[in-house]
Amino acid sequence: MNLLAATMGSVSLAHALLLSGVLMAIGIAGFVSRRNLIVMFLCTELMFQAVVVAMVAFGRWYWDFSGQVFVIFILTVAAAEAALALALVVLLHRRRATLDADAWTELRE
Amino acid sequence: MMLHGLHVPLMSTGVPAVPAADVIVAPDLAWAGLILLLPLVSLVLCGLCAAFRVRSKLPAVITSAALAGAFVTSVMLYLNYTPPGEVVHLLDWINVSWGSGAIDSFAANFSLYIDSLSLLWIMFVTGLGTLITIYASEYMEPDLGKGYARFFAGVSVFLFAMASLVLSDNLLMLYLGWEGVGFASYWLIGYYYQRPSAVAAAKKAFIVNRIGDLGLALAVYLIWVTFGTVQYDELTTVLQHEDWRTSFEGWTTSAIPYLLMLAAFGKSAQLPLYVWLPDAMEGPTPVSALIHAATMVTAGIYLVARTYPLFMLEPTSLHVVAWVGGLTALLAATIGMAQYDIKRIMAYSTVSQLGYMFLGLGVLTTYGAAYHVFTHAFFKALLFLTCGAIMHGFAGQLDLRKLSGLRHLPGWRITSWTMLIGALCLAGFPFTSGYFSKDAILAEAFVTQGPGFRVLGWLAILTAGLTAYYTFRVWFRVCAGPAAYEAGDEHHGDEDHSGHFHPHAPRLAINAVLVILAIGALVAALPYFMSNQADERLVGGWVADMVHDSTAREGIPGFHPGDPAHAGGHHHADGHAHGHILGMDPHVAMYWISGTVGMVGLLLAAWLHLWRRDHADALRRWMRSRVWIGWLPRAMERKWYVDEFYHAIIRAPLWILGHVCHAFDRFIIDGIFVDGLARVPRGVARWLQPLQAGAVQSLAVVMVGGTMIILLLMALFMQFGWPGGSI
Repeated sequence: MNLLAATMGSVSLAHALLLSGVLMAIGIAGFVSRRNLIVMFLCTELMFQAVVVAMVAFGRWYWDFSGQVFVIFILTVAAAEAALALALVVLLHRRRATLDADAWTELRE
Repeated sequence: MMLHGLHVPLMSTGVPAVPAADVIVAPDLAWAGLILLLPLVSLVLCGLCAAFRVRSKLPAVITSAALAGAFVTSVMLYLNYTPPGEVVHLLDWINVSWGSGAIDSFAANFSLYIDSLSLLWIMFVTGLGTLITIYASEYMEPDLGKGYARFFAGVSVFLFAMASLVLSDNLLMLYLGWEGVGFASYWLIGYYYQRPSAVAAAKKAFIVNRIGDLGLALAVYLIWVTFGTVQYDELTTVLQHEDWRTSFEGWTTSAIPYLLMLAAFGKSAQLPLYVWLPDAMEGPTPVSALIHAATMVTAGIYLVARTYPLFMLEPTSLHVVAWVGGLTALLAATIGMAQYDIKRIMAYSTVSQLGYMFLGLGVLTTYGAAYHVFTHAFFKALLFLTCGAIMHGFAGQLDLRKLSGLRHLPGWRITSWTMLIGALCLAGFPFTSGYFSKDAILAEAFVTQGPGFRVLGWLAILTAGLTAYYTFRVWFRVCAGPAAYEAGDEHHGDEDHSGHFHPHAPRLAINAVLVILAIGALVAALPYFMSNQADERLVGGWVADMVHDSTAREGIPGFHPGDPAHAGGHHHADGHAHGHILGMDPHVAMYWISGTVGMVGLLLAAWLHLWRRDHADALRRWMRSRVWIGWLPRAMERKWYVDEFYHAIIRAPLWILGHVCHAFDRFIIDGIFVDGLARVPRGVARWLQPLQAGAVQSLAVVMVGGTMIILLLMALFMQFGWPGGSI
């Protein structure tokens, strides 16, 4: 850990990965436990950010900027996807007048 | 060639290569192919007539013209061919070789083998075909515009197949014709396909014939395997040389005659397989006359005569042929005595007469067999056609108890008297054609040495008496006596306004054909008196000549094969007759014996069925009431229970087997394998269905869980190594 701290300064790779893991865990937990479509959507965004943090951290660790390049791409795509997802949420809300995900279980049978 | 390296067993190198046969290949006789082509053309035209729903008699005109053309071609061929025979190559069919040797090849072409035996057959086949087609043009009138064209198309198919069978120069084309006539027979027996009995009879004929066809297929295969050829000219060349012949002997040469025999017994309705022929009378009467009396059923005799040298290799096979023929003749005659349906009586009579022909083949008189085929073709066709005329005129009435004295009815004289001529020939009345041809066979049964042939000869003489009895039973009942009749149940506008039935007498076409056939049946005795051209020591006239130049020559009384070993074999013309009957030369004695026996049968029939018909009923009642003899008339009337016997030992077990197989298919194959396998995905799906609840969260849990497991595994593998080595 000391070696890591020396090469990366005060914020080590381990710290960054820990943050990434925590974000991912919160995202998954939230996605699985909540029923509100918007909250679930936010949770997916959280998971996105977990991945993004991990990429930046590894890019820094390997001294390779591809990680950050991908982050830029991911943020762009995530923005577009957010727009689409929110539009879908609006449409779903118009149909059933609820944001509860359990209202949409037709795929079952 | 694809067949390179194919091994031909038994064709060892010690056997000399088959030399060029002494048969001339004759390209100049290519017009002989017309005999095959004309029926085919007629088939196509009849098919077109059916397609365009022609309502006239055009199909009959086309067919009879085509068949007349084929007949004229046959006669021209007879006048123009060069003995001993010629091969006319029409077109290549199967012609392969896989080496340079003479045995490394297989040829079966559409070639015609023109020799006296095939000419004898093709002339009466096409001649009778023409006459019977003309007859049928009137007989089939009620079906004008309905099945008329279909009927004549069937006749055309039959003639094409029969011509291929008779004229082919190899066994494979013969097999083609053999199957073809079987198919045509099926087609025409089932002509009245709305009638369940006709359909059943057609199926029965087809299936029983298949048993024989199996024998023929195996025989052709074995002949090729053994002798390396299926062409007659090569085959006979091989077989006529004694030292070559012996080099082939093995189990195959013993098996071949029995397989050929099976085929012949199927097609020619002999003892184990005769049951289809009486039922075949469900077809229209011209068909019965043409196919099931005169021509197709003699194909078995033709086959045996054509492959006679193969039978000579295995003398026991000829003894079997003789015994089967003799016993069939007797059995069928006893059944025929007790039937009431005149067409059925004629059918049993045909079986019986075919038995005589096989007896002739078995006792080494191919000449007698061929001559009996020839005369029988005329008089039996005539008898069938008269029965047909009666059936046609009396609305399907065939029961001899319900018809009487037809010769007194106006318009029925020609039918009655021509029927009398046919009956006289069949009964072997002295100096009719049947008398000479039957005697040739009967006498030879006493001349030739063989196991129990003398017993067989006496049985055949007894059968001759029975034949005379049942034939004249029909004629005395139907044509003689007081005029009386009852109509059948197939009315087609024969009633007048008061509903009273009027028989309609045959008109020109039928009467003309009957008269021509009656003359033919009488004239068929003439060849017996013609002098022999081929060998003046022969007896038997023209027919013996015809057989002499063919493969069946070894079965002619008086034939000298050339080598001293056979000289004086059964040669009687120079006074070396073997065997005797009552101390006399059988050929002389038979004229008296068979004539007498025939007269006894005839007089018995006259007593019971003409002069004192009440005695016949009294006799039957008396016999049936006595325990010791009562079984006999019962068994004869029930056809010796042969159908019932076959039903019990063949049909019933097959029926049970069929149902067991059906159950197996339904419950094991379908139930367990097909449906069972199909049920597996459905069951698995039902079991896994709850997982697909559709709730987004549960899907997410599964996904996350799966990812976790994969990651965990990867971590473990990275720590402890991948299974099966590193990557």
